[in-house]
Amino acid sequence: MTKLNTFEQAVETYEPVLGLETHIELDTNTKMFCGCATAFGAEPNTQVCPVCLALPGALPVANRAAVEATIKIGLALNCRIAEWTRFARKNYFYPDMPKNFQTSQYEEPLCEDGHVEVLVEGKTYRIEIERVHLEEDTGKTLHVGGATGRIHGATESLVDYNRAGIPLVEIVTRPVPGTGALAPEVARAYTAELRDIVRSLGVSDVRMEQGSLRCDVNLSLNRPGEPWGTRTETKNVNSLRSVERAVRYEVRRQSALLDAGERILQETRHFHEATGETSPGRSKEEATDYRYFPEPDLAVMEPSREWVEELRAGLPELPRKRRERLQAAWSLGDKEMQSVVNADAVGLIEATVEAGAGAAGAVKWWLGELSRRANEAGEELTGLAISPEQVAQLQGMVDDGRLNDKLARQVIDGVLAGEGDPADVAAKRGLEVVSDTGALEAAVDEAISANPAVADKIRGGTHAAAGVLIGAVMKATKGQADAGTVRQIILDKLK
Amino acid sequence: MSADRTIDQTAAHIAEAIREGRTTAVSVTRAFLDRIDAVDGTIRAFLHVDHEGALATAREVDEAIARGEELGPLAGVPIAVKDVVVTKGLPTTAASKILEGWIPPYDATIVERIKAARMPILGKTNMDEFAMGSSTEYSAFGATRNPWDTGRIPGGSGGGSAAAVAAKMAPLAIGTDTGGSIRQPGAVTGTFGGKPTYGSNSRYGLIAFSSSLDTPGPVARNALDAAMLHEVISGHDPRDSTSIDAPVPQVAAAARTGGSGDLAGVKLGVVKEFAEGAEAAEPGVVAAYEAAVEQLVKLGAEITEVSCPSFTYALPTYYLIAPSEASSNLARYDGVRYGLRAGDDGRHSLEEVMSLTREAGFGPEVKRRIILGTYALSAGYVDAFYGKAQLVRTLIKQDFEKAFEQVDALISPTTPFTAFAFGERTGDPYQMYLADLYTIPTNLYGGPAVSVPVGLSEGMPVGLQVMGPVMGDDITYRVAAAYETTQDTLLADTAPEIEKG
Repeated sequence: MTKLNTFEQAVETYEPVLGLETHIELDTNTKMFCGCATAFGAEPNTQVCPVCLALPGALPVANRAAVEATIKIGLALNCRIAEWTRFARKNYFYPDMPKNFQTSQYEEPLCEDGHVEVLVEGKTYRIEIERVHLEEDTGKTLHVGGATGRIHGATESLVDYNRAGIPLVEIVTRPVPGTGALAPEVARAYTAELRDIVRSLGVSDVRMEQGSLRCDVNLSLNRPGEPWGTRTETKNVNSLRSVERAVRYEVRRQSALLDAGERILQETRHFHEATGETSPGRSKEEATDYRYFPEPDLAVMEPSREWVEELRAGLPELPRKRRERLQAAWSLGDKEMQSVVNADAVGLIEATVEAGAGAAGAVKWWLGELSRRANEAGEELTGLAISPEQVAQLQGMVDDGRLNDKLARQVIDGVLAGEGDPADVAAKRGLEVVSDTGALEAAVDEAISANPAVADKIRGGTHAAAGVLIGAVMKATKGQADAGTVRQIILDKLK
Repeated sequence: MSADRTIDQTAAHIAEAIREGRTTAVSVTRAFLDRIDAVDGTIRAFLHVDHEGALATAREVDEAIARGEELGPLAGVPIAVKDVVVTKGLPTTAASKILEGWIPPYDATIVERIKAARMPILGKTNMDEFAMGSSTEYSAFGATRNPWDTGRIPGGSGGGSAAAVAAKMAPLAIGTDTGGSIRQPGAVTGTFGGKPTYGSNSRYGLIAFSSSLDTPGPVARNALDAAMLHEVISGHDPRDSTSIDAPVPQVAAAARTGGSGDLAGVKLGVVKEFAEGAEAAEPGVVAAYEAAVEQLVKLGAEITEVSCPSFTYALPTYYLIAPSEASSNLARYDGVRYGLRAGDDGRHSLEEVMSLTREAGFGPEVKRRIILGTYALSAGYVDAFYGKAQLVRTLIKQDFEKAFEQVDALISPTTPFTAFAFGERTGDPYQMYLADLYTIPTNLYGGPAVSVPVGLSEGMPVGLQVMGPVMGDDITYRVAAAYETTQDTLLADTAPEIEKG
């Protein structure tokens, strides 16, 4: 195998062209074409009926709530909403697809020609949306006994059809050139923006860890001034971080092949979470012919303009507007706000402020200590076991002088360990600041008598030397004193 | 013919006799079950007979009548159901090995309506596999025999339903019509077959052959019986999104109007192109048809010739659209969830099991059509085949619409030839497909049509087809019922006695 280039080498020679296809499961109460429930995590094959099991004779009926949700997504992405649209059958055999065709849309999608803007390192990128269409999810297959977990070589295959027929929205971008070395970040930012838009619409809570948002990353490379190269499609990239890594890896891999004078195969590739690498799936050149044709079991849809305008008027504040509003309210600079967005902390900080904390404090905790903890744990910030309300309470205790920063960090340890709210943790662990001045004065006296030379310096006006005595007092009080108060007592005594 | 036997009565008479207490639903049902036991060994119209279920429903009807309950117009009248219609708890195979042994967990909408009408279901009738054929010779479980001549086919795909009614094993039956599968069997067995307007009868629970063409409808001995059954099963169904949400045409009333024998002012069109084709009807069929037209004229109908030039392309158009949809509709039979599973012996992969199941489970005609449809939809060919066929389909619709600006209904022979001998047309698919030459245009258009028996050609029944405008089912029944008034007896009553096998 050709040795990979570094990413930096690759983007010096080649220009990447991105393309993203994103599937989002909608949060409708019932499936796309039948009345079955859609709850995640139910016992296998308990949310099924003749329609979603494709029993002989069963027929689909389109879910109006799913159509409405898709139109909302289309509107939020500045798309044109079709006046005449229909479903199509995508024919291919796979055991997790009950009908052995997927009811999808082909030449007449619900929404077309939109765009979305994302901000990366101070620059705005406009991502063109080709189409937004509605389709149904497949079931899930578990292949048992094979070495790879894939269908080949498996000794048993188990299928769960609970997911079969859950409404799925597919959002397809046009090719995105011009991102250069920032291609991975742009891909990530676009995916995050899409997720935030869909969440703000309330049509899906987009839990990536449950597979309710799945990305296919298309990437090609070309030398500047030359036509676009052959693209690969990396399937099922299921977290923001993975999107970034998949782009980065494909840029490195393809550039090395091109450097070696080799051809890029147009193919589907799999992304491996553990290594961040991609590997070939089936080749597109020998790929299935899907034999699309209009779905004869479903009536054509003609969304009325009144309905579309009603939905447009009812759209909530979209993430971009919201960020602008919050940035102003929190008095943050562009760079700081960008950090907040990159850390996926907008909602967390907003909720923390709503729970009573000052904006500066909320930003400090989430971007500082808590981001560090999340990184250490390899988790997303939102995955930490501390709520915005708890962070607000913590900040309140600091503001009241009941905690100093060091103690606050120990309180966070306790909250993350599941010991309760900050106040409970402080009480249980005995972490409150010592405010008993009598005790503090005794500790100061002790420090002075133990360090006579230092005390003399301070008496002589070298106030900076107080640090040594403060350290001694903090040690004696196990860090539970307020450093400012201790300093004042020292200076008062050594006037 | 002894008209005092229960099995010789029309459904309308049987229903009345039950309602008026002159007989009971149980004795009626038993009479038909006895007839099945006596002659179906010879005819082989049924794939499954449900003695207990039918009698249980009949008992409920008798009890309800004893309590003085108001029941529907066909309560207690037994019925046979084509095996392509899903029946909860009763085996449903579409005459395919691939569904052998499958017991559906739900009822088709039309079966729910039959049950709500309190009609005892006698059993499931034979057909060409997945409704693909014109002779029942493609049934995986053996062909049905024509009661008029057991050496001949009963038509298809709904040969079982037609033969069951022709042999008086059932007063009524359900058929399905994709290209003529109700009307052509009706014509060749001397029974009445109705193909309703597409979308006026629910397809929910109808095992799909070609979704944009399939239409369930009634099989009976005369127009009124068929119309009464038509009204039981038709009407909007929210579970079928192609179902028409509009009031059902009053077909029973239309049949009664026709029963007055007056067609004054009714304009009937004869399609010029049907008479001209190289594959025009055989002489005996033409003679019987022309005699029928003379009768219609005597009743006051005006006959006009109309031109429908696109009808010439109906057969090839149908054989692109129907197999294309079928290739996709039949993809679900893969052995994963139900029905036959072949090769699951631990040595074959899942994909191989799916493939082996389809290899073993489908018969030759089904495979032929799946291959044809897959080809017609494949990249590089879809525009020239499937796409072009859709364009021609639009032209055929326009021909119908233009014709109905001039006339109230169109008439033609139902099928170009009478029942042929077993094996006569299985060697050349095209010869088999010609059976539906006159019935297919209506399916492509989506309108209603009926086939009414009009006489014999060399001892075998001939049918007259009456085609109406979309949602104009009433005119087809009216014309057919009017024709029936010109005959002393129903053709079905003149069939030879069946030798018991």
